[in-house]
Order: sequence, then C-alpha cells, then structure tokens
Amino acid sequence: MSTRKQIILGAHFPGVNNTTVWQDPDSGSQIEFKSFKHMAESAERGKFDFLFLAEGLRLREQRGKIHDLDVVGRPDTFAVLAALSSVTSNLGLIGTINATFNEPYEVARQFATLDHLSAGRAAWNVVTSSDAFTGANFRRGGYLDRELRYERARELVQTARELWDSWAPNAIAADKQTGRFLNEENAGAFAHTGDQFEIRGRFNVPRPPQGHPVILQAGDSAQGREFAAQTADAIFTRHGTLDEGIAFSRDVKARAVRNGRSADDLKVLPGVGFILGDTDADAEEINREVRLQQVSPQTAILLLEQVWNRDLSSYDADGPLPKVDPDVESISIIQGRARIVDGVLETAQRYRALAEAKNLSIRELIVEVTSRGLFVGSARTIADKLDEFVLAGASDGFILVPHIVPHGMDRFVDEVVPLLQERGALRAEYDSGSTLRENLGLTPATPATVWAERAGDLEAAAS
Amino acid sequence: MPQIPSSVVPNFSDQPAPKSIQLSVALDGAGWHPAAWREPGARPADLFTSAYWADLAFEAERGLLDFITIEDSLGLQSEHFGTGADHRTDQVRGRLDAALLASALGPITSSIGLIPTVTTTHTEPFHVSKTIASLDYASNGRAGWRVQVSSRRHESEHFGRRDIPEIDRKWARTEHGRRVIGELFDEAADAIEVVRRLWDSWESDAEIRDAETGRFIDRDKLHYIEFEGDHFSVKGPSITPRPPQGQPVVTALAHAPIPYQLAARGADLVFITPQTIDDIPHLVAQVRDAERLVNRTGTPLLIHADLLVLLNETQRGATERLARLNASDGTDLRSDAAIVATTPQQLADQLVEWSAAGLDGFRLRPAVLPDDLRAITRGVVPALQRAGLFRAGYEQDTLRQRLGLPEAVNRYAAIA
Ligand SMILES: Cc1cc2nc3c(=O)[nH]c(=O)nc-3n(C[C@@H](O)[C@H](O)[C@H](O)COP(=O)(O)O)c2cc1C
Repeated sequence: MSTRKQIILGAHFPGVNNTTVWQDPDSGSQIEFKSFKHMAESAERGKFDFLFLAEGLRLREQRGKIHDLDVVGRPDTFAVLAALSSVTSNLGLIGTINATFNEPYEVARQFATLDHLSAGRAAWNVVTSSDAFTGANFRRGGYLDRELRYERARELVQTARELWDSWAPNAIAADKQTGRFLNEENAGAFAHTGDQFEIRGRFNVPRPPQGHPVILQAGDSAQGREFAAQTADAIFTRHGTLDEGIAFSRDVKARAVRNGRSADDLKVLPGVGFILGDTDADAEEINREVRLQQVSPQTAILLLEQVWNRDLSSYDADGPLPKVDPDVESISIIQGRARIVDGVLETAQRYRALAEAKNLSIRELIVEVTSRGLFVGSARTIADKLDEFVLAGASDGFILVPHIVPHGMDRFVDEVVPLLQERGALRAEYDSGSTLRENLGLTPATPATVWAERAGDLEAAAS
Repeated sequence: MPQIPSSVVPNFSDQPAPKSIQLSVALDGAGWHPAAWREPGARPADLFTSAYWADLAFEAERGLLDFITIEDSLGLQSEHFGTGADHRTDQVRGRLDAALLASALGPITSSIGLIPTVTTTHTEPFHVSKTIASLDYASNGRAGWRVQVSSRRHESEHFGRRDIPEIDRKWARTEHGRRVIGELFDEAADAIEVVRRLWDSWESDAEIRDAETGRFIDRDKLHYIEFEGDHFSVKGPSITPRPPQGQPVVTALAHAPIPYQLAARGADLVFITPQTIDDIPHLVAQVRDAERLVNRTGTPLLIHADLLVLLNETQRGATERLARLNASDGTDLRSDAAIVATTPQQLADQLVEWSAAGLDGFRLRPAVLPDDLRAITRGVVPALQRAGLFRAGYEQDTLRQRLGLPEAVNRYAAIA
C-alpha cells in the first residue's frame, strides 16, 4: 500500500439547478428512490468516500413565479440517506441540513440515528442560507440576519455535540443475567444554556458509532470560513481552479490552526463538474453540447437577471448584454438561492468587458462565466487533473457533480477510478468496518467540552 | 394436520363472505413488556442496529401483515407519564428516530406497510410532510404516519421554545388543563392539515420535461398551500413532489373524545383500546360521534383495536410466561390496551369475534420480540387464514389499496 496522499471522493446527487441536463434521453428521475440507489451503488463500486445531498427548503422563484426551467423537486434528505444506509455498506452519507429551521434535540437525534443505522457513516453539511422567504414554510417562521445565522449554527453544532456526548460509549450494558440494561442512571442527561438555546433533559439516542457524525460546512463569506475553521471537519467549496484552490485552502487551514486545530483537521472539498470523453477533443465537444443544454436561451436570461436583479425577459439571449446597470437597490428578484450582493456592479463590468473582448452574446457569456469548477477531458486527463489539485494542496479531494441523473457517475467509476487506484491515489478496497471519519483520515471525535474550551480561549484571547 | 376448530371453519354457503381482518403489529424496543429484553431470544445489544429492525420487518412481512408501526417520542422512556425520565437502569432506555428507521426498512422490504410515529407538537409539519412522502417513494407506496401529540413537559424542555405544564390526570380535568390539551390537539389537527395540503401541493403530472419550451415543470400544477392557523402558518408548495400514494395513510391512537375528534378530523385509521368485547360498540359509537361532531366527510375512519399480546402453545404456558416476566420486572404489567396472554388459536378466535363486533382490524403489540411476533406470524395468521379471514398473499401494491382506502383525490387538481 502506497503512503502517498489519498484523494477524498464524494458523489454529489445533483440537486435543483441548471447543471442537471434533464433533456438528455438518458436522464431519469431525480425523485424515485432507485435513482439514489443507483448513484450510491456506483459511488460505492468506485470506492468513493461518500454520497452527498444538497438541500433547499423552498422552491426557487424568479420574478415572483416558481422556477420552471431547471429540475425542481427533491425528497427529504434524512429519509433518503436512511434508506440508502440499508442498501450500501461502506459509503459515507452526507446530508445538507439547514441550521436555522431545525432544533438541536431533533437534528442531533436524526444524525445519531443515521449514524447507528449506517454503522458510522453519517455526516452533516451545515448550511445557513435562509431568509424570510424560506421561513414562510416553517412554524418558527423567521428570518435571522447574517450575523445571527452563523451564531445559531455554531451553537446548534456545539449543542448537538453535547447531546451526542451525553451517553458514554459503554452506557448500554444489556446484561440479561444481572438485569442491568444501562450502566448509568443518568444516560443522556444534558443541560445547555446559551444565547440561542436553553434546553435540558435526557437525550434519547445512545452515542453514535462515530462518536460525532462528521461535520461539513458550505459557505464562503469570512464568517462562513471562520465557522468552518472553528467547527467543521471538512469544508465544501466552489473553488475550481488550481490557484483559487491553493489560496482558499491556505486561508481556511490557517484559520483552523489559529483556532487551535491542525491544518489536517479541516479537509477542503471543492464541488466540481466533469465531462468525460474518449479523447480530450471528444470531451470538449461533449462539453459544448452539455453547456448549451445547461444554458438554454431562457436560462441564460434568468441567470443574467440574477446578477442584474431586473426583469430582462424582453432581451434576446443571442443578442448583446443590457446597456442598463444592475439594480442594487431593490430586493432580490430571485428567491430561494443565495445572491451575491457585494460586487454586483463589478461583476456586471467584468461581464461587459468579457463580452466585448470575445464578442459574446448573452447566452455565450453565461456559458463562459458559469463553467467554473469543471474538469473536461479523457479519463487520463481527468485523473491527472484531480491528482494535480490534491498534490499541489489546492484541495484534499472533490465532491463530483455529474450532469446526468442517475447514471452520471458510472463512466467516471469505470474509467477514472482505476487510473486513480493504479497510482495509489484512491483505495482499492475499503478497510473492513471503517467509519466515514476513518475513511476521511479524521481523528476520533473531539469531545464537545474541548470544542467549547477552544471557543472560550478564543474569546478570552480576543478580549 | 392440525384439527381446525369448528368455531373458525370457513363458511362456503351463499352468505356474503365475512370481511377479512386487517392485522398489524406495533414494534417498540425489545417488546411491550418492560422485562422483554431479558428473555433468552431477545437481542438487547442490537436494538440500535438496522439488522435488528430488518429482521422484525421481514418476519412481519413473512406473516403477510398489513403494516408495522414503530413507536417514538422526543424524550427518554419512563415509567412516569408527566414528570420526565426516571432513573431506572433495568429497562430498555433510548430509541432511534422512527421515521428514519422506517425509511431504512423501505428499500429492503417489498410489501409491508411502514408507519412511523412522528409528533406534531415540536416537529415542523413541513419536515414531516416531506419525510413521510419520501418514505412513500423509498417503499413504493407503503408509507403511513402515526400522528402523536407530545404533551409531556420534559419533551418541551428539550426544545426550550414553549412551556407545556406538567399534565396529570387530575389537572387534565380542570378547566385550564382541558384548554391546554385542547390547544395541543387543535395544533395537531392543523399540523395534519398542513402535511396533507403539502402532499397535494404538486399535482401528479406536474413534471412535464417539455424540451420544446424548455420547461421542466408546469408551474400551474404546483400550489401554494397558504395555511394560516392559530398556531403557525405555512406557505408551500412542498419541495417534494406528490408521493406515490398521493396521501400516505394517516393514523392515530386515541382513548378519549378529544383524540377521537383529532382522528376524525385528520386520520384515515384510528387505534382504540377496548378492554373487553363489550366495550367495542360503545367505543365505535364514540368514534362515529366524533366524526359527526367534526363534520367528517368522505371515508369513515377505519377502526383497529390495540391488544398487548403474549402467546404460548398452551393457555397455562402463556399465563406462566406473563407471571415470570412480571416477576423479572418487579411489578405487574400495565397497559392502556387490553393484555391478552393466551394461545395463538385462542387469540385468532378472539380477533374473529371482536372484529364481528364492529372493528376493521387489530394492531397487536407483541410483549416480547421476536417471540410474540413469531407467534403472531406463524400461529395467529395461519389460524385466521384457515378461517378464510386473512389473505394468502399480498395482492395490492400500496398500503392505501390494501386497507381498502379510496384513491386519494388531489384537492387542488379537483378545483381546477
Ligand atoms: C459549495 C457550496 C454548496 C452549497 N450548498 C448549499 C445547499 O445545498 N443548500 C443550502 O441551503 N445552501 C448551500 N450553500 C450556501 C450556504 O451553505 C451558505 O450558508 C450561504 O452561502 C451563506 O453563507 P455565506 O455567506 O458564508 O456564503 C452552499 C454553498 C457553497 C459554497
């Protein structure tokens, strides 16, 4: 077994966005369980570390109407992952779960259950992207402003860890002879007092097999990065170029170290698309076709509207960019998706310059500017590129986003995986009985008290 | 060949065939007797593994049962009702989330209905709706939901959002007590309404994949539910398309008028707890009264009786088993449901008799797992089959169909 750095691989079951090419005759259901099963089985066949599910809690709207061009609709994250736990045996199961519309007791219980059902393969991607728009679907309603969202997320994860720690690893005796079921009278006892939650009682799920399910964070602001550096085991990013990746990794790993952790405690996992061809030229050709399917004329206008924040429906996608500037004043016309508010004018400027220099129509421009994080080429080219990223320190691995459901991962598994295995960059077999935490090369779960102490030290150091 | 007792010999005359009996089991931990986990066949160390639950589900499916329910709560098990968790170390404590457990059973079973318990008091109806809908997808139309109100103070302390007073029998009868309980049940009725509207919020053919116009869905077939109630409001539509059954089967356990009304307002099936056969007409009448009181329209509630069962080849053996388990636990078993310690054949006879008194079926709570579950699937079921009152194989695909519920009409499509 080679000791060279291993590439972490995750399969992203494509969610609701324009990357998923539903017009393709090979495209199947994004809802039926057999689609999830197929992709999970492919990923497991390819000795991937995990399958990843994104989440959104309200259907997207643009100009006040439900988005109808992209794939819409998805099942519940927990239900799908629990169902997958019984048809897979080694694959990690990562669920994106919002920190604003869930309560610690419940969410800790769901992840602990998933960890038990999967014998140690559960992970939580903590996201905070929420606003009053999404809140309209929830009892607690509510909008939390940016600052508070991460505060709540931080305390939510801390509290979940306290709940997972509330049962000792050996709390269950189950000794028929002595009649002792529990080794401790107070299994699950907890009391948490903080700004966000004041809760106490007894947690009712025994300690998860991993101790703590693995925590991921996705979010790019300075606050998001700091949250990841303080709390997460891995960070899901969008940085798809080598230079951006190196800069990003340096930044977040340095933040982890400043938070009293080691650089290796925080794995960096960019989400990347890939287009696989028989040759590089073939892949480029496929890519052109796929990009045009992903960016239909209607989609091009909608994506431009997301920057311009204006109704551009009267514009021709094959024509030039609007002369009018983006509207930065009024509220966003797109809802249900995080909007870049900073730098909208700069972005528009950049788009204009690019369109001018290359003589691009709206659609051509959108095709160009939205192809970030995409690896195109033959199997060998893609294997080389993935490896190059990891060896250069631009990432610890990848969350691969196929553009076809559910067979989009098959060819990668058949063609790229063997090449990675050949060079010792990917396991040939799972270690028997290994947990996701172990597969990712993470250290055993750090007790909640240690996380809390670290946060306390930081506050003390800051004051 | 075993001798078939005359009481259950099938009737081949021209008279209408007796209605077949619907039968399910309620699964909970090591079984419903607190000392069950100490029995030789029990697997107390496996209660938190999926293999344990898979084996139980396979056994229930082997017995062709209509469905299994899985108990749950948002607090630790306790011998007290209102005052929070006890400190006992000699009984099973801890449980997995029932909805996830049922989801894990979805793809590995093929016919049995899966009905997890999910509370309405703390859990977001938006989450409940998509969880049960997704269970319906993972099981190809076999999902249900057992609605449960969480009225326990210690559970509310696990959430810290609201203060629920400690509820005991005496207080529950005071005016204030009645009001608090009434509100919890009104909220539960709202939660069911929200969940059901969300299930209908996508018409079945909303996904059009129309390459011509570039539209993936027909947005006119998606509906905002715009629910506004006293306790919360929910906008919709769901993020999850309409589940295979349209409306998964909603069930509730009820012992009193307010819970009967909740069932009558929102459920398809109610579990009741007669102690003797003589209770049945009266309890059924109460359920029907509740239906009238809330102006229920459409299909009347299916009524199943809960029985806690402990079985043995001989009556004497059953009685002795119960005594042994009671001794092991230190107290006599108590339950809201009638406790029946008997032989499989006698239980089958009792089910035939009780169902003729006005019930659609039974939910049996096995005292000990897997022993009493096996006695049901391998003893009680064959006896009912011999009587011509139970299927010989699974015939319908979905749980709704199997229970004889009509196809779920989409309320929004109907208006259009
Ligand atoms: C790669 C990536 C993937 C994301 N996936 C999701 C998702 O599936 N669901 C979601 O609600 N938010 C998702 N987000 C957004 C958020 O995680 C994040 O909370 C939001 O961007 C606000 O935080 P920020 O300001 O730090 O970026 C994703 C973000 C990134 C960078």
